[in-house]
Parts: sequence; C-alpha cells; structure tokens
Amino acid sequence: MLKYDRTALRTYSMLGARGAFGLALNELAAENEDILALSADLCSTSGLDRFAQNYPTRFYNTGIAEQSLIGIAAGLAAAGYTPFATTFANFAALRGCEQIRHYMGYMAENVKVVGLSAGFAMGMFGITHYGLEDIAALRSIPNLTILSPADSTETVKATLAAAAHKGPVYLRLTGGMNNPMVYKEDYTFTIGKAVTLQTGTDIALVGAGTMVAQCQKAAKLLAEKGVSCTIINMHTIKPLDTLALDSLLGHRLIVTAEEHSKIGGLGAAVAQHLAAKTAAPPLLTIGTEDDYGHAGDYAWLLQHHGLTADSIAAQITDFLGV
Amino acid sequence: MKQDITALKNTAQTMRKQILQLGFAAGNNGAHFAPALSIAEICAALYCNVMHIDTADFTNSDHFILSKGHGSLANYTAMHAAGLLDEATLTRFEENGGPLPGQPSKNLALGIECSSGSLGMGLAYGMGLALADSRKNNSRQTYVLLGDGECNEGSVWEAAQFAAHQKMTNITAIIDANHMQSDGDAAHILNNNPAAMWQGFGWQVITADGHSFDSLLAAFDTKSDGRPRVIVAATVKGKGVSFMENAREWHHGRLTQQQLDEALAQVTGGQTLC
Repeated sequence: MLKYDRTALRTYSMLGARGAFGLALNELAAENEDILALSADLCSTSGLDRFAQNYPTRFYNTGIAEQSLIGIAAGLAAAGYTPFATTFANFAALRGCEQIRHYMGYMAENVKVVGLSAGFAMGMFGITHYGLEDIAALRSIPNLTILSPADSTETVKATLAAAAHKGPVYLRLTGGMNNPMVYKEDYTFTIGKAVTLQTGTDIALVGAGTMVAQCQKAAKLLAEKGVSCTIINMHTIKPLDTLALDSLLGHRLIVTAEEHSKIGGLGAAVAQHLAAKTAAPPLLTIGTEDDYGHAGDYAWLLQHHGLTADSIAAQITDFLGV
Repeated sequence: MKQDITALKNTAQTMRKQILQLGFAAGNNGAHFAPALSIAEICAALYCNVMHIDTADFTNSDHFILSKGHGSLANYTAMHAAGLLDEATLTRFEENGGPLPGQPSKNLALGIECSSGSLGMGLAYGMGLALADSRKNNSRQTYVLLGDGECNEGSVWEAAQFAAHQKMTNITAIIDANHMQSDGDAAHILNNNPAAMWQGFGWQVITADGHSFDSLLAAFDTKSDGRPRVIVAATVKGKGVSFMENAREWHHGRLTQQQLDEALAQVTGGQTLC
C-alpha cells in the first residue's frame, strides 16, 4: 500500500524517479492483475527488479529493441492489458517515435511508455543518452497524454494516474537519485490540472519535471530582491492546462523552465497558447539551446545549460533589468 | 463454413474480379493492384478455410493482421467472401472518410484489428495479441501477413527474435514472397533470402506455393515444432493479369476502362462476368 507520510515521501525522493516508478508499479500490480511491464533490456535501470521478481510472468524483456517493445505492448493493450513499456527517454521517443505515432496516436492503444532519465540525468553516459527532444517529438501526436512529474512523489502519483487513465500516456521521468522534494506532504494529482505551489504578484514561474524544484529555489532568491513569484507545476504537458495559464495573465512576466530543448517543449506549448491572447505579459522560455554542448556530470550539465535556481533567477532579473 | 479447394478457387477468382473493379472505381486515387493480386489465394485460404471466425463474437475469432497494408484489396475482398463485409460496405473502398481506406484502419466493428500501411508494424502487434491469448489460455491463433520487401524493415527482425525467444506457437507469419517491391526487383534493391533469414532467427520455416490451395492448406496444417511458424509463400506480384505480373508500375496504378476489360477477361478465363 503506497503511503504519503513524510517518511514515505523521503523514501521516494531517495529512490529517485526510476526507483519511485518501479516501487509504484510493483504496488499497483498487486491490486490490478492487468498491469504488465515490458522493458528493452533496462529492467534494473527502470526500477523493475522487484516487479520482475514478484511477477515473473507479467514482465517481458524485449531485448534492445524499442520498436518491438512498443508494438508488443500495443498488442497486449488491445487485448485489455495495461502495459508499461520502459526505456531511456530518447530511445523511446526517438527510436520508437513512429511506433508511438502508429500504435498510440493513430490506433490509440492503451500503452504507457515510460521515458527514463529524460533531460541530462544520464550525465557521463554522454549525449546519446540525453533526452532533450522527447517532448518536441511527441507533442504533435494526437491522443497522447504527456506527463512530466516534478519529483519522486509525483512520479508515484503519475504512475498510478497513468494506469487509471484510459488511453496512451508518455511518462517523462527526470532527475537522478535523491531527487529534490517539491512535495513535503500529500496532495491531489489530476492529469491535465496544473498545481499552483505558490501565489505571487510579479512573475509567474511555470516549471515541469526537475525544474519545478529549481523554480521554487529561484523564487526564494527573487523574493530577496523584492520580486514576488507565482509557481505552477505543469506536470501535464499535454493536454496543457490552459485555464491555469490564463490565470497568469496579470503578471509582469511568465517564465517556463524545463530540462528539454527550448524548441517544441513546454515553453513552446505555452508560447503557442499565449500568442493568441490580446494582452499577455512577455514570456521567457528557459531550456536548452539548439545545441548539444558537451558531456558532463548531471550537476555540471544543469549549471552549464543555465538550469539551476541561480541561473533561472539571474535570467529573470536580466530580462527585467532589475 | 470451411470452403473446399474448388470453392476456394472460385473465391480467389471472384476476389480478383473485385480487386480490379474496386481499384478501377477508385478512379484517379488509384489502387495497389499487384500487391493485392499476389496474396489473393493466401487471404482466401485464411478467411475461408484456415481461420476460426465467429461472426457473432470477434473475441472468439482468430486474429489476422495485414502487415503489408497496401494489399488491402485482397484483405477486404476475402472478408467479403467470408461474410464479414457486405457488398455495400465493400464498394466504399477508398471513399473519402470511409471505412475501407487504401490501407486498413483498425475497425473492430468490421473485424479489422490493426491499422497498417507503415511497413514493419504488424508482427510485433500480432505478437502482443498472441501473448495476451497465451496469458488467457485461449486457443485463438494469430496470422500476420508480411511482404518480402517489408522484411527490409528492422522492426520485423526485432519482433522475430522475441517470438523465437518466447517460443510462441500461437502465431504464424506468412511472407508474400513475390520478389518485387516498390522500386522493382528485390534482388536489385536489398537482396534477401526470406527462408534462410527466418530460419536463422529461430523460426520454423515452411515453404509453399502461394497460388496453390493444396500447397497453402498443407502449409497451414503443418504443426508447430515448438518454434513460431513462418510460411514463405512463393507468389507472383500481379498474379492473374498478364500486364501486371512482375510489372513495377502496377505496384500502385490506375486502370483505364480498356485495361479493366482486358484484365477481367484474363482473371475470369473468358467466363461471363457476374
């Protein structure tokens, strides 16, 4: 039984997104026999060792074969099962892109693809393993829900919500072990409904994934300079919570932050929505530039790409000229 | 009801007429004539003899997936022969927004289980269905029809490895080995040897003459030896229409009235058309 007391939340954080996902799926499987897990040779990396031990006949390893991973999952989904298919985010979204389009978009099969280690979490594995384009690749595919949980607790909740949701889901996991905690207590997670973490008057920070925690820290730095921030956790990239965005129009500046390219991700989705408004504040999108840069460890990469709280705060003060 | 070989031959002949007529009626949209003509006997054998089909409840029926979606006219006309598609629906081939597009679109009400068109998608999906049947301990079989050109796709071989590893015996792949693909002779494009490749990937390879019902039914009757089965069916692209046979330009094309008349005369052997 999954708990949401302080001890449980700390445990989820310690496990990181992948471990929290594996824990959640293992618990879910005990209650729902239709839950299956598939992985493209990344069982342990997906946090699925316990699942595979407890439910050996409900786990399939497709080998290093992302295309058949998604195809097999789609056939199982068509027969009434709820398959979770896991591999690194870039391999799922880019190698398996047409499979996601065909089976999950066009055919709308009830597959849950879990994109592990999106963003820079793979660190020294190098640029082949970074997931910086997955949202951009998948956002234009109809019928697909895209979730980007803010911390490990939200990963647990998003996993449960994805299983309960009838329809294809891409679950984007960011961050490493000991993920910063955005949530210190239980709360309600609803697909498509953004969470307002803090209400302010000057700047609206709209984050997804690991960048929500960075936005929280950035807001504290900005508060020291007298800048008051609203913070939105946009955990669902698609469908986008446009009502939440509309509630931000009175701010001086809207800022999006994501561990993803500035092209085609959360920032682009928000920009497209705001562009149709007759009166909207300027939008600052924070993400990676149109450039791969160099490999490095996770902390270095976040700093190098301007994805730390300090950098987010500095980019905002530069933009405002304060 | 299972058709015997005489009935199946009549069915294949009717299907060829319908393939030509429906493709002609599609007008300037054109149709994939030759890829459908090469699989007429395979589809007739499956729908009218081999597969268990429960029209009252498709969830009791065997699965068929046309992975080479461009052969749809053979699929649709075989479904008509089996009583799954009525005449009125069949004539809606390539209708704007209609249920029978040039390449199949999943439509469970009609008994079309998988969308296809993008090659290399059918086998993995069929394996998912077959795994589900194994999990549920039911006896449904899954048949996936692929083109030999389609086997250029890497996704086919990803799936093939998995089925062999899992020792899946409730799935049968059929390869329409017509040695032709969109750009012409397969030997000049990406020469392959389907029987050797499937054998190497751990499948039980059964060869057949894809235009002989005796040969095809014997192939489908061959029991699994514990490995997944693949029937490599030797076929002729455009079979039955002399100017379409092995003619690259008839992979997809448009018929004139004169060509239609000539083609119909050939596939019916000069019999009166009905």
